[in-house]
Amino acid sequence: MSNEDILNPKQMPHEPEKATLEGKNKFVGFWFFLGGETVLFASLFGTYLALNDSTAGGPGTEELFGLELVFVMTMLLLTSSLTSVYAMYHMKNNNFSKMMVWLGVTVALGLCFLGFEIYEFYHYIHEYEFTFRSSALGSAFYTLVGFHGGHVLFGLLWIMTLMGRNAKRGLNLYNAPKFYIASLYWHFIDVVWVFIFTVVYLMGKVG
Amino acid sequence: MEKDTNSTHNEFEKAEHKQEMQHQVISFVMMIIFTIAAFALVVSDISKYFTIPIILLLAVVQVVFQLYYFMHMKNKGHEMPALMIYGGLAVAFMTILTFTTIIWW
Amino acid sequence: MSTAVAQKKGFGAFMWDYLTTVDHKKIAHLYLVAGGLFFLLGGLEAMIIRIQLIKPDNEFISAGLYNEMITMHGTTMIFLAAMPLLFALMNAVVPLQIGARDVAFPFLNSLGFWLFFFGGVILNCSWFMGGAPDAGWTAYAPLSTTSPSHGVDFYVMGLQISGAGTLIGGINFLVTIVNMRAPGMSYMRMPLFTWTIFVTSTLILFAFPALTVGLFLMMFDRMFGSVFFDVAAGGNVIIWEHLFWIFGHPEVYILILPVFGVFSEVFATFSKKRLFGYSAMVFATVLIGFLGFMVWAHHMFTTGMGPVANSIFAVTTMAIAVPTGIKIFNWLFTMWGGAIRMTTAMLWSVAFIPTFTIGGMTGVMLAAAAADYQYHDTYFVVAHFHYVIVGGVVFGIFAALHYWWPKMFGKVLNEKLGKWAFWPFFIGFHLTFFIQHFLGLMGMPRRYWKFLDGQGLETGNLISTIGAFFMALGVIIFVWNIIYTHMKEPKASADPFDGRTLEWSIPSPPPFYNFKQTPLVRGLDALWIEKSEGKKAMTPAEPLGDIHMPYGSIIPFVMSLGLFIAGFGFIYQVDNPVWLSLVFIGMGITLGSMFVRSVKDDLGYHIHKEDLEKGDGQL
Repeated sequence: MSNEDILNPKQMPHEPEKATLEGKNKFVGFWFFLGGETVLFASLFGTYLALNDSTAGGPGTEELFGLELVFVMTMLLLTSSLTSVYAMYHMKNNNFSKMMVWLGVTVALGLCFLGFEIYEFYHYIHEYEFTFRSSALGSAFYTLVGFHGGHVLFGLLWIMTLMGRNAKRGLNLYNAPKFYIASLYWHFIDVVWVFIFTVVYLMGKVG
Repeated sequence: MEKDTNSTHNEFEKAEHKQEMQHQVISFVMMIIFTIAAFALVVSDISKYFTIPIILLLAVVQVVFQLYYFMHMKNKGHEMPALMIYGGLAVAFMTILTFTTIIWW
Repeated sequence: MSTAVAQKKGFGAFMWDYLTTVDHKKIAHLYLVAGGLFFLLGGLEAMIIRIQLIKPDNEFISAGLYNEMITMHGTTMIFLAAMPLLFALMNAVVPLQIGARDVAFPFLNSLGFWLFFFGGVILNCSWFMGGAPDAGWTAYAPLSTTSPSHGVDFYVMGLQISGAGTLIGGINFLVTIVNMRAPGMSYMRMPLFTWTIFVTSTLILFAFPALTVGLFLMMFDRMFGSVFFDVAAGGNVIIWEHLFWIFGHPEVYILILPVFGVFSEVFATFSKKRLFGYSAMVFATVLIGFLGFMVWAHHMFTTGMGPVANSIFAVTTMAIAVPTGIKIFNWLFTMWGGAIRMTTAMLWSVAFIPTFTIGGMTGVMLAAAAADYQYHDTYFVVAHFHYVIVGGVVFGIFAALHYWWPKMFGKVLNEKLGKWAFWPFFIGFHLTFFIQHFLGLMGMPRRYWKFLDGQGLETGNLISTIGAFFMALGVIIFVWNIIYTHMKEPKASADPFDGRTLEWSIPSPPPFYNFKQTPLVRGLDALWIEKSEGKKAMTPAEPLGDIHMPYGSIIPFVMSLGLFIAGFGFIYQVDNPVWLSLVFIGMGITLGSMFVRSVKDDLGYHIHKEDLEKGDGQL
């Protein structure tokens, strides 16, 4: 049997993302990577918590943050998590076109989120002169939230690349694991955001 | 290449997927509710010694939903992923505890 | 098509073969050569340090250069010598021990090597570009953030890039061990070396991200004007110390656990007995890994964390002596009553036991927080960590190289020369470092450029330097042994040491697909079980069939080269924004090659059954 036949079976299996050894490896390996990412973000959160009072005379968190924008961003990202669940649902049912539609919605929501985040940073810099260099709080805030934003950007590029590459050929056992782990990554981004909006924004507002 | 997507022995799996999807929609609704509750708590200006533990708890519950329902960690074959996620969380916990307690000099 | 064909071709084809290889056995060669060269470089730096300290008030090198030497010696030995040499062993042995044809991610395996390699090259480029890093291998802020030359920038970029490679390698081996074991090999039938690599890889997974973050903060402070470690703007330098040691302490277990695995294999093989207390050994390995994450602050007892924190970390640190003690006794009991063969590998292993025990004992002394105020930053600490790292890791690597050399290169290292290398190194090691305990207790601080006359430190330092020359002699004889063996010694058999585990069931060196048929594992010491039942080979778990193999690729090399270029851009954009162009070029190369990798299918190829039968493994 050639590779083509193995990867394009007549009947797609129940869990196409784990049907091949390569798929299983990707699946397990990516979960392990997320375990490492947990420590990465914990280090950033720890740094932020250690420095969240170090305003060096500049504005503090209570003064800076506006909850309306954060609420909208949270809703966007949470919803994008659900839409990527829908995409995986259709992948398991081997309905490629619907999967692509839901991934498209996920990307759109992610782009909106990123747009708001850029606006937020711009706002802080120009209204409050609160920058990466102005205080230790600024350094820690932009690093933590910026790392998350970087993950969002990378996730968007990743999902769009996968969509573009596979638009014509449909689902097979070679690309199913790729779609699946991209969606895991997207969920993980949401997990991190849950802690960011709680620890950075809400706790920052409470004081 | 022709794909046989609608064969009968797929029906069971489809129903299974559908049920899982329902659970996921329910957990999504819960997450939205928790988020709104957390924001509402902060806006309503209650004592911070009450607010902070509650919003942290809500965040943890949300993350459990994400991991177990959205990322399928409740399903079979996720033993090693769960082990490594919990390992990561343990180190994460130690790290954050350190940075909130013994960082002064 | 096959990678083996290239072997008989010219130098260019040979180089191209290694640049593009995804075969774990060839990647092991790459790690061994690169790690070996960095080991020689780090050794040279050590010799310069010892020559500077041969007599009081010496002027052999300047104070600034001395700071660069100690920094680069430590950084090179830990990150660029010990880690890659261990990765060489992992790559060479783990897939063979679990009966796999390759690692889980052959492409990432190659990427991990090239990232490490280019990171190491960046770090060492600093010597020729305005001075090496000079803030110690721990690079404590604010010493590191205020160091005027670009040295620390090279440290940051070099470690960031090579650290990414290590993390990739760690995940790769985790997945390999979880998913690719041969039929019948349950977790409790895995050879102990594989077990230690499994735990080590877990430690890599959880420890390296903390270093990544620490290095990013340092990079932002030094290159982009953030103020994490600038107290005037509300920063806090203790953050660096914590992040560094949250990584740094697991790191020393990352170094030592693999060689614990090596010794377990060597003692069992050369005592002709199964390992004593296998399950206790597994338990102790996991426990050391677990405790390894709870002790990091014992490097910071004098920072002023307070008595509560100091006490907690003192207790957890001392607790590690328990699983380590379990291991020491199990090794002794493995030898007890065995048919011992004192080969060179065994000699290094036997020498390890008392040496490492001394290191462990001083470790418990240092763990006593109150007493540590006296030892801290003296030569006592230097003596302690050289006893565990040289007496543990380096002895272990030598033992492993003698043991697995035939499996890696097809020839048994010359025994006579091996012993000739062992004795000067062993004697020299104790000459160099034993006396340093006393120098430390007498008050000689570490990292100082000079000591003065008339303080009673002259004789000790002279002895120490003489010892270092003996160690250098040992290394030179070992290198000569490698050359001699490859010119004079005959080809090794598949199983020259009467081994017990799966790697000895296939030819030395193995064919590029490792196992013609995946073996069936029926218990611990899988090969030994077959041997003891009078069989010559493993029972196959599958009929002879097509074997799926991955294609080689140059992309890992290009991807790492991109980061290498971008690294220089990051370092020099501080002086002139024009250098940012290098950042864009380098990152463009890296992201572009990631894109190519993503959109180009890499399906691999099959070796056909008929070819396997015809060639009988000699494809």
